[in-house]
Amino acid sequence: MSIVLDFEKPIVEIQKKIDELKKMSEDSGMDLEAQIQDFEKQAQDYKKELYSKLKPSQKLQIARHQERPKFLDFVELMCEDFIELHGDREGTDDRAIIGGLAKIDGKPVMIIGIQKGKTTKENLEYNFGMPQPQGYRKALRLFKHADKFKIPVVTLIDTPGAYPGIKAEETGQGSAIAVNLREMSKLTVPIVAIITGEGCSGGALGLAVADRVMMLEHAYYTVISPEGCASILWRDASMYAEAAEALKITSKDLLELGIIDEEIPEPLGGAHADYKTTAESMKTSILKALKELNKLSVDELKEQRYNKFRAMGRFIEG
Amino acid sequence: MTIQEWFDKRKQAQIERRAKDMKGIEENASGLWVKCVHCDSQILKSELEENLMVCPHCDYHFRINAKTRIAQLFDEGSFEELFKNVLPTDPLNFVDTESYAERLKKAHSKTGLDEAVITGLGKIEGHKIAAAVMDFDYMGGSMGSVVGEKVTRIMEKALALKIPMLAVTSSGGARMQESALSLMQMAKTSCAVGKLDEAGILYINLLTEPTFGGITASFGTLGDIIIAEQGARIGFAGRRVIEQTIRQKLPSDFQTAEYLLKYGQVDIVSKRKNLRKTLANILDMHGV
Repeated sequence: MSIVLDFEKPIVEIQKKIDELKKMSEDSGMDLEAQIQDFEKQAQDYKKELYSKLKPSQKLQIARHQERPKFLDFVELMCEDFIELHGDREGTDDRAIIGGLAKIDGKPVMIIGIQKGKTTKENLEYNFGMPQPQGYRKALRLFKHADKFKIPVVTLIDTPGAYPGIKAEETGQGSAIAVNLREMSKLTVPIVAIITGEGCSGGALGLAVADRVMMLEHAYYTVISPEGCASILWRDASMYAEAAEALKITSKDLLELGIIDEEIPEPLGGAHADYKTTAESMKTSILKALKELNKLSVDELKEQRYNKFRAMGRFIEG
Repeated sequence: MTIQEWFDKRKQAQIERRAKDMKGIEENASGLWVKCVHCDSQILKSELEENLMVCPHCDYHFRINAKTRIAQLFDEGSFEELFKNVLPTDPLNFVDTESYAERLKKAHSKTGLDEAVITGLGKIEGHKIAAAVMDFDYMGGSMGSVVGEKVTRIMEKALALKIPMLAVTSSGGARMQESALSLMQMAKTSCAVGKLDEAGILYINLLTEPTFGGITASFGTLGDIIIAEQGARIGFAGRRVIEQTIRQKLPSDFQTAEYLLKYGQVDIVSKRKNLRKTLANILDMHGV
């Protein structure tokens, strides 16, 4: 673990002691196996306890972890024969949204996701996972391709939001997202969406009007970033932990509210601790969902998708 | 910064500051006169109202509430409100510096409205049309579950009656106090537009001061025809957020209706006085 989150420090401390004991045991030939095992159990128990009780603000840190697996990691671990399809055919290939054809368990899918980097250089290339309108339009082009050739769509979402910039406004950031929301509702093929990290606002929703919406256990999904919310409602961005709490951004909260259909468990220590297990769990969930959705006729599929979003919201009828 | 730029910036800041207080100006104007927030001239209140709340001296379009908008756009007495019984609740027990429940109460007593949109059926120069008209004075016109539900219901009504649909937007975006439930209203309303689209029902957007965020990124820009009212500010991200992100100065006319027209984002920019005629003409030419 090269980047340690503040709440993980006690685990690192215990780990250090374990390493010391191991070295001592090697150097001196003393049998310290019992103590080592004891500490290892302590570390494991502490970790389990910690990860079962993460606060929303701690989940934010995990969801934003620099080493959290990104879209292309998942593609590599879940898919075979990925063929990237570039560009919006209007002059741009937005690198924040990447998509293409691939096979999952031998079956073709159109997989589209928001890509973040792990290094500054990568992040500059992918614009920190903040798509431009042209990225959403590239996604739309790929949705339509999938629709035309009856290939199911899988989207993986990890974004702090659609990019707020001059050109983005001039070229219709709002309408690019809006059109995707409308057009996704009309697709005649199954759509599975997974929020893998940050699911921030319209920029995330622009790929998430799906038949099944899932979230990785420590991902978050919200109408506005907790920092943005805090700076508007509390007039103080440092109140973000309170905002994160109030906004109900965790997979458990959203499952309860009926916003998402499934929570995909992460390995102990978060997805960054074990890419492979995380990807395996995602793959299993995707395949299960596609199997169920493939049984539906086109009309049933579209109707269920409409009704799913139609039912969202809480109000009183006077 | 050139002197001209400095003046532009100062003017812009002045307009924004005053636009915020606009409701206050109307309330204070219990007397006969009001001061134009743009050109500072004194206007007879009745004259301003007669001029559709547009300054007769400088053509500045005052922001107007949903009731005034309905009175201006629809044939007299033709508007029949629907879905007034859909009322807000506080599903997340949201509390920031003030509770959402309290904010809802205040918004109600401030505006007399039950939510940030009025939906119903009306006529424009004899053309029957379904409409959703947003009201910025009610919690910044933000879209929570009720706004999403009422907009969806009126679109479904338009679909059932096979009549055109008009959405008049004035909103800061999604309602944060309903978090993801509010975000999902973007999906819900856009899916409803999808149904209108598939059925070949004409859907018109009228974007008015201001239209931002979750509205621009959902039903607010999905119209077959998008009209923006003169001077309205329209965008996805707020000006301040963009400035903080890119750390550079934005053009003074950035995100105005006229600016969006230049960049091909809206079909028409219209003066308030021409809106009714423009809408009627469009409906006429679509044979609806």
